[in-house]
Amino acid sequence: MLGPSAVVVLAVFVVLAAPPVVVAQPADIEQGQRLYESLCGSCHGPQGNGGRGANLAQPRLRRASDDQALFNIIRRGIRGTEMPGSPLTPIQVSSIAAYVKTLGRVAPEDIPGDGRRGAAVYAGLDCARCHTVRGRGGIVGPDLDDIGARRSAAHLREALLDPEVSVPTGFLLLRVVTRDGRVLSGVRVNEDGFSIQFRDLTGRLHSFWKTELDTLEQQWQRSPMGSYAGRLTTEQTDDLVAYLVSLKGAR
Amino acid sequence: MPWLVVLVLVVAVVPVTAQVPYERILDAASEPEHWLTYSGTYGAQRYSTLDQISRDNVERLQPAWVYQARSTQKFEVSPLVVDGVMYITEAPSDATALDLRTGRPIWSYRRSLPQGIVTCCGQVNRGVALLDDQVFLGTVDAHLVALDARTGRVRWDVEVADYTQGYAVTVAPLALRDKIIVGIAGGEYGIRGFLDAYDPTTGERLWRFWTVPGPGEPGHDTWSGDSWERGGAPTWVTGAYDPELDLLYWGTGNPGPDFIGEVRRGDNLYSESLIALDPDTGELVWYFQFLPHDIHDYDSTQVPVLLDAELGGTPRKLVLFPNRNGFYYVLDRVTGEFLVGTPFARQTWALGLDDTGRPIENAETIPSVDGALVYPDDDGAANWYSPTYSPQTNLIYQNVREKGGIYYLADATYEPGKIYMGASRRVVAGEDPRGFLRALNPLTGDLVWELPVHSPPWAGLMSTAGGLVFSGTMEGDFFAADARTGDVLWRFQTGGAVYANPITYLSEGRQFIAIAAGSALFTFALPE
Repeated sequence: MLGPSAVVVLAVFVVLAAPPVVVAQPADIEQGQRLYESLCGSCHGPQGNGGRGANLAQPRLRRASDDQALFNIIRRGIRGTEMPGSPLTPIQVSSIAAYVKTLGRVAPEDIPGDGRRGAAVYAGLDCARCHTVRGRGGIVGPDLDDIGARRSAAHLREALLDPEVSVPTGFLLLRVVTRDGRVLSGVRVNEDGFSIQFRDLTGRLHSFWKTELDTLEQQWQRSPMGSYAGRLTTEQTDDLVAYLVSLKGAR
Repeated sequence: MPWLVVLVLVVAVVPVTAQVPYERILDAASEPEHWLTYSGTYGAQRYSTLDQISRDNVERLQPAWVYQARSTQKFEVSPLVVDGVMYITEAPSDATALDLRTGRPIWSYRRSLPQGIVTCCGQVNRGVALLDDQVFLGTVDAHLVALDARTGRVRWDVEVADYTQGYAVTVAPLALRDKIIVGIAGGEYGIRGFLDAYDPTTGERLWRFWTVPGPGEPGHDTWSGDSWERGGAPTWVTGAYDPELDLLYWGTGNPGPDFIGEVRRGDNLYSESLIALDPDTGELVWYFQFLPHDIHDYDSTQVPVLLDAELGGTPRKLVLFPNRNGFYYVLDRVTGEFLVGTPFARQTWALGLDDTGRPIENAETIPSVDGALVYPDDDGAANWYSPTYSPQTNLIYQNVREKGGIYYLADATYEPGKIYMGASRRVVAGEDPRGFLRALNPLTGDLVWELPVHSPPWAGLMSTAGGLVFSGTMEGDFFAADARTGDVLWRFQTGGAVYANPITYLSEGRQFIAIAAGSALFTFALPE
């Protein structure tokens, strides 16, 4: 009789032996694109340009150096992160992987700056007042710890020069006037029909019932970060972008 | 107002940094409006000096807000509360920060888990620890994760042990001055147990105390052959700390395999013990083994309750320990000396305790091929859920399970990550298991009053200066009893079994009570 342990061994064998083949048939890629757009795009961006998840529009993926690794990540997720595994069939996973590979058919980005000098620019501008790198800094702006894995150099350059063109999804600046006359500004944390929670620009959390507010002004596509166009030399901008691109997270 | 003006104002403000320094936890009793560590204070009495909600008005207590967890696993969390935020965990290994005022989430950390995780009794989690500006979470894939308390972002993530070997972390970590103490689960999988300390800043492991001594270490000779390698003795319930003595107290679980003693002859140190460690080094200062060579799976993983009191005319530093095995123990917490041991529940496994506290075992209850009946069953007379001690009434309160089991010896072959227990359990035909909330004299264990609560409960307790004890039932009732008499003064049907410990805190000056039940976390307050 096949004992329980033999069944487990067999099951493990089946998982390991699942077809990792990334078949680049056009039909597969189309199916992969459809699946990608419905399942992956909200975090990785509709064109794979990143956001909450990694930027996939680059020739070399840091965590998926080969087809097998890419297949495994889509299938099983990345332990300890927000990247989930999927209940998809191996063929569906392969088709997503095939599509993701097409996203990477771009030339490597030219990054002219010097990251070490860029770190000094970052410090000089006191970016850490609002942004966190390696656990240090403010939390009003997006965490930059792994921004280099999530965003391209071109995107980061644009964000520096014209911040309000690329405000992150879900980022909402608020201006609030309470019924007792206090004026507050901050970034929304959560909201429902009756209450709102936000952080002011020091990072302090506020929670109000809407009945306590006279004014609740939503400032979509607004950023508290001013443009750095004209405030930095071209070289400084290049250096800062190079520094940001180098931030790949601790792991 | 343009935002630029706001920015200019901001520069003058000092950014918020350390939220919960060690000194605040040390002095947690002085800020009862918060709940800073698993048992409320390091002394682990789970007693609050808040008294707005009292015997006189508790009948008007009503729900304030409810948070629905995603998981339908048992919701065993003991929340922490500080500075307007409640920090909870959700099964299997997620953490969420809630706005205290509205119950609305501020952030959630959702952990992707690998396949093949084994936990004997559900993929559960009992809560986080807070220290400075970080939240510490143990995971069922046996990692310890530090999160930014403001955002839930991962600061570091380290492996405690290999989950494929049956290790898991379900315990709420305990934050000390410069260490995060973490215990391990897996006593049903032939693990070798330990207690760990980690650097809060880097995640580096500072020490490990093996609860099963290796070759050459004292106590190793209490294991026959190589049985120590699979000796169990897990540490899956949060302990207590005495800052004056600088001693860390932690209970240890069953030896492995749970029900077969023959393959691990000897006392099996330090299973089924209370251990007192030097938190700086992890060195053993003393131990007391409640149950040498356990063959009933009576993990001594309960919350040790610290009490200073006069015993026999002498002021003593005591530790109180209502044990899963059905005996109530009082030890000297300076030396580990056995002082009191008396049954607080129906038990048949021991004929009594000798003068040193060592049990005289009843051989008829040893698991056998033909089946042996024993009280309590392996769920115990008590379990991981917390007792409470009220200085106001000078009583210790314990939820008690009275339920027998018949144990049939079975084979147990060790394979990594597989169940390694050695018996099957059958229920006692025609038995109606019973549950009680019992109030005991803390110095003798004598029963003062009891309240029947229908099924054997899995809820922890909390007492307050309002003269109340809060508890829950398997039938979904959450209730407040008069701490002096056990009279039920208020109850609320939550619609789900209570597998959690209550806490209390102030929000905007009002006292709240919080409890997890079913898949939801409930908060209650008096009408405004």
